[in-house]
Amino acid sequence: MMFEKLKVGFHRLGSPPTFYRLCRRLSPWFWAGFALCAVIGLYQALYVVPPDYQQSDSFRILYVHVPAAWQALFGYVLMSILAAIALIWRIRTTEILTMMCAPVGAACTFICLATGSLWGQPMWGTWWAWDARLTSMLVLLFIYLGIMGLYSAFDDRRKGARVACILVLVGLVNIPIIHFSVDWWTTLHQGATINLFGESKMHPSMLPPLIWMAVAVKLMFTAVMLDRSANELVDQDRRKNWVRKMIGDYA
Amino acid sequence: MSVGSTLLALLLRDLRLAVRHGGESLMPLIFLFAVIILVPLGVGPGPNLLAAIAPGMIWVAALLSSLLALENLFRPDLEDGTLEQWCLTSAPVTALVVTRLFSHWLITGVPVILVAPLAAEMLYLPDRALGTLLLSLVIGTPILTLVGGLAAALTLGTNRGSVLLSILVFPLIVPVLIFATSAVSAAADGFETGANLGLLAALLVLALTLVPLAVSAALRLNIE
Repeated sequence: MMFEKLKVGFHRLGSPPTFYRLCRRLSPWFWAGFALCAVIGLYQALYVVPPDYQQSDSFRILYVHVPAAWQALFGYVLMSILAAIALIWRIRTTEILTMMCAPVGAACTFICLATGSLWGQPMWGTWWAWDARLTSMLVLLFIYLGIMGLYSAFDDRRKGARVACILVLVGLVNIPIIHFSVDWWTTLHQGATINLFGESKMHPSMLPPLIWMAVAVKLMFTAVMLDRSANELVDQDRRKNWVRKMIGDYA
Repeated sequence: MSVGSTLLALLLRDLRLAVRHGGESLMPLIFLFAVIILVPLGVGPGPNLLAAIAPGMIWVAALLSSLLALENLFRPDLEDGTLEQWCLTSAPVTALVVTRLFSHWLITGVPVILVAPLAAEMLYLPDRALGTLLLSLVIGTPILTLVGGLAAALTLGTNRGSVLLSILVFPLIVPVLIFATSAVSAAADGFETGANLGLLAALLVLALTLVPLAVSAALRLNIE
């Protein structure tokens, strides 16, 4: 009985009006969570954590750089899972969610590259290096841009989303290459510092704000994705009855 | 008609078309030489500098020229309805896709391998690296065709395919370029090339396994 109810609830998410209302209802909570985590994380990162013995205060850019990099990769994995669901079960709302991951993921990748460049100038003495990890991130940015470009190149947006979903899954092959690239062609960028299993190489006092910021960026990603999906859905369905009715309600 | 004879008919038709188009099929090759000639004009004729950048330049030229012929890989067949017939024949679409990509490689990839010694000589690539260059092209050009074919299939339903096509190919082809040119550079410096060529071969196996499936899925979506 309980399972049946869950199943019906899940299937309802495929209906545009229900999906739209859910997006609009959930996104303020994600925004609020983001604001809370970001305030705590930034306060700790800027005032509580002691300066690094070697890099003094400039290492603090890490608290934007690393969460953005994690989210750029995690966002891609999330997008691939959504793309697989969209292709297998042909759910239109999932297709829209998948496509709306791409611009946010591209923004995270860009932030990661930009902050890394600002950090690299004083520490490595260069804005850019053709290091494996930097190059992989740049390539990831172009994959995101390619997905967005492919989606927008179709007149039929539904078809565009489905074709772009295939590209998402193809690009997934790139994620392990990014991950192992550090071990394969180590040059300038340091190896992984944070270990999920076992001891991290980072000083424990530096870790809490990083976790707060990582959670904040994940919540922000979700909030933006939900808002964009709701907007895209209304835009695509602007001539449909349910949108007219809804606008009528507000007018 | 059995599956084998269908595939053979498709292969022979593609090759016959390429021969009858003549000059048009050779355009990518002329473009490749245009790039190779522009390099010394751009960076100077010094043999040492040219020898150092030769592996990368030959590979970049091969990559760029492979993009040229992609636009017409599936588009004429989409426009005259042949692709719909592909989906209706008893032969699996994936097998037809592999055949089409194979004939495309014979037309665009093999000539590049054949003229590579000439390009290598023009850029003063050391003789001991020539074998590795040819081997890297033999393994690498099928990957260029596979990835390019995927991009061509994905952009089939759009009207401004060509720019988008190169943007889609570029990120996916990066590992191929890295492994192939590292192998050739290593050979030029007298080092071991097995690891890089092995990784390149692994990429070929991966592409050969997955790309035809993705291409046939994209073709099916585009004729809907």
